[in-house]
Amino acid sequence: MARKSNIGLNTGEELLDGNENAIFNKETEGLSQGQIILKRFVRHRAAMVALVFFTTLVAIVYTALDWRIGDPRNPRFTIPGWWNYGFEDTPELLTEGCPEGILGCPTIDFVPFVDGDGVQLGQHPFGQDNIGRDYFALVMRGAQRSILVMFIIGLIATTIGTIVGALAGFFRGWTDAVLMRLVDFIITIPVIIIGSVIGFHFGNKGAAFLALLLGLFSWTGLSRLVRGEFLSLREREFVDAARVAGATNRRIIFKHILPNAIGVIIVSVTLLMSGAILLETALSFLGFGVTSPDVSLGLLISNYQDAFTTRPWLFWYPGLFIIAIALCVNFIGDGLRDAFDPRQRRRLSKKDKENAREMQSRSEMA
Amino acid sequence: MSDPVLQVRNFTVEFWVDGSWYPAAVDMNFDVQAGKTLAIVGESGSGKSTTAMGIMDLLASNARMSGSVKVKGSEMIGVTKSQLRKFRGREVAYIFQEPMTALNPVYTIGFQIVETLRTHFDMGPKAAKARAIELITLVEIPNPELSFDKYPHQLSGGQRQRAMIAQSLACDPALLIADEPTTALDVTVQAEVLDLMRGLRTKLNSAILLITHDMGVVADMADEILVMKDGLTVEHGSSDQIFNKPTHPYTQSLLKSVPKLGTVKQRAAIDNKKQPVIKLTDVTIAYPKRGRIPEFVAVKDFNLEIFPGEIVGLVGESGSGKTTVGRAAIGLIPIKSGKLEIVGKDISKATQKELFPIRRHTGIVFQDPASSLNPRLPIGESIGEPILLAGLAKGAELNHKVEELLQQVELPRSYRNRFPHELSGGQRQRVGIARALALTPDLLIADEPTSALDVSVQARFLELLLELQDKLKFACLFISHDLAVVDILAHRIAVMQDGRLVEEGDRDSILKSAKNEYTRRLIAAVPVPDPAEQKKRREARLAAK
Repeated sequence: MARKSNIGLNTGEELLDGNENAIFNKETEGLSQGQIILKRFVRHRAAMVALVFFTTLVAIVYTALDWRIGDPRNPRFTIPGWWNYGFEDTPELLTEGCPEGILGCPTIDFVPFVDGDGVQLGQHPFGQDNIGRDYFALVMRGAQRSILVMFIIGLIATTIGTIVGALAGFFRGWTDAVLMRLVDFIITIPVIIIGSVIGFHFGNKGAAFLALLLGLFSWTGLSRLVRGEFLSLREREFVDAARVAGATNRRIIFKHILPNAIGVIIVSVTLLMSGAILLETALSFLGFGVTSPDVSLGLLISNYQDAFTTRPWLFWYPGLFIIAIALCVNFIGDGLRDAFDPRQRRRLSKKDKENAREMQSRSEMA
Repeated sequence: MSDPVLQVRNFTVEFWVDGSWYPAAVDMNFDVQAGKTLAIVGESGSGKSTTAMGIMDLLASNARMSGSVKVKGSEMIGVTKSQLRKFRGREVAYIFQEPMTALNPVYTIGFQIVETLRTHFDMGPKAAKARAIELITLVEIPNPELSFDKYPHQLSGGQRQRAMIAQSLACDPALLIADEPTTALDVTVQAEVLDLMRGLRTKLNSAILLITHDMGVVADMADEILVMKDGLTVEHGSSDQIFNKPTHPYTQSLLKSVPKLGTVKQRAAIDNKKQPVIKLTDVTIAYPKRGRIPEFVAVKDFNLEIFPGEIVGLVGESGSGKTTVGRAAIGLIPIKSGKLEIVGKDISKATQKELFPIRRHTGIVFQDPASSLNPRLPIGESIGEPILLAGLAKGAELNHKVEELLQQVELPRSYRNRFPHELSGGQRQRVGIARALALTPDLLIADEPTSALDVSVQARFLELLLELQDKLKFACLFISHDLAVVDILAHRIAVMQDGRLVEEGDRDSILKSAKNEYTRRLIAAVPVPDPAEQKKRREARLAAK
């Protein structure tokens, strides 16, 4: 067995190492690192379901409404969406099928054969708001904004967090000290307060601009993680080997260390993104995020919080979308985390063992 | 003969991997008698540890076992966990390979021994403490009363292993399973721990199941030997029979590949009139102080010259500073004072930039092939990197050179596109050499390149290194803790202790007539794969005490 290569694992694992490795090698024969990770990810059932669901959701949300290129009031040309209404249209408020005294209730029907015409969307599946705007269109628009905000925050935070963390972890010394004190400084201010201030001053400049500024303040956690990873990776011998080969610092950071830290980065970014969607919602709810006439999921909830008792669907549907998106991203992140962790091995369930026994006895009989 | 303490019949362990059962140990049959030692020998992956762990059902959940294992006549296979627990620790005790990780770092060793005692016996805290101190005395840890309150990190490696042994002896187990008990220890400490185990065996009349890859340790300890390969029993017999009349070809080749001290001819001296490739004069290397940790001087006033075409072996125990010397010699660690010259250039105070041209003349092979290759790069890219960065070749020409290098270290060309994890340990280390030799350096530093390899792989690796050195004529600083390996390769040997060079000279003068006391002790402690010879040395060692 290896003389000094196993330090750091716990004993049980250590003792098993020789055999486990042999078997593990069998499992990974002829596969590249990327392929192994992909294989493990595909095997993660919850993550795969979440991924399919999320992709479908994004496709539906982004194709529902018209895309207007150029000035929104007077567009140069329009890509039509599949839904009848835009989020700014104000059709007549319908009362059909609603309880007495209530306008614009949802026409969606999940329950077949009870009353009505069975499963159908109807004219306004999610109902209408106070002035008759189609609530389905509003939720679609809100979800578009929320997902956009999520991706922009994710992108900016990843870039800054990775670079700051990599520099701090690789160079250590005063570079590390200065960068980490900057991180400390940003961490001490609650994100919700930073967000409120930004939203208050720049909320009218649109969701994308808001996301850009929020991204500038949400990279701190990631940079700490990347720094930690770099601190340990830079001590590995392949870094010394690269240095002896004559590699420059830049090459060592980007070609040798960063690809090895990519697992940590991807995982923490997915978690950061699901956090980002909640941050945007919270800010909009407080009135500091996306401002009307634009719409976001948080803003919808905030606008109709008084309607909860009489017209609860104005609350349900945006809430449902927030939960669905955040959950999906979390599940995908969870699957990625498992896939990137090389020590993660599938545990055997009793069923697996029984199946195997059955298979073997069958093959013995044959 | 009385009933055996451990009786294993038709014992098979299989692991569930990707939809099929993969056998790790097949149809094992052996007995261990009280007061005797059975050694299971084999290379990594042969299933020796699996067998040992399987006896007490300590394997991962994807393992299944069949056959029969009887400890003192009671069946162990197929019984409930609570029944097993009665035997674990009480009748069967384990000694693990890495004492630092097997002992809990947040408790004192005394506490851990007391805990074992009080789990199994109805014993008051005072009585348990008295017994624990007795045990600590038994395993010869100095100042037992004081050591009782020490934490694992306050003890040396050998003392930690002794504490482990004390803990496992707490319940007077009938069977002691020692899984590579001395692999993590230096030779001199290893000799002491083995002496201790042998003494305890006679004193307590326990049976010992010893798992190891080191034939020297086996020769020292075993009464009976079982050789394993790929999960199968290859040969089983008495120690004398296996060592002197091995019948199976695998056993024969295994014994042949174990390096033995003083069996190769002294290599012809190298002309030392030329300019040395590397010259260290009064070099001191220190790790600078960090926070409250004071500065640590790892190497002090070190002098060494290596001439073109010469291999110098640098030996010493762990912590003696030999790796530090190797790293400084290639410019990875700055030196504090003294003078360091490589191919005639003084790099004592060179900056990173000034070191770039020097890098073309040097190469290094690292200790752990698993960690020294970037896991995300195909090995072709790793090998080609020095050439690419030196600007010597690009594109197709580079590919061609990489293939040539692979051929030189006897790996198929197609391996260029493989990733490090797809290769075995020995193959990875060859890639390490190929990379180090990519720029045909004048100086090669080899930092314990064989310590992670099995003996047969090691033998092949050393042969290859000698062939390459013969052809390319580079100078080489070969760092190792294993005197027998250095003995095969080196023209000259330098011995280090506590950061100082204690002795230096050509091979024969060091091995046969060492002047320094430490060197002599180091040589005497190297286990020899020959039971008779080991016995002689053991007696000599005891007499010297």
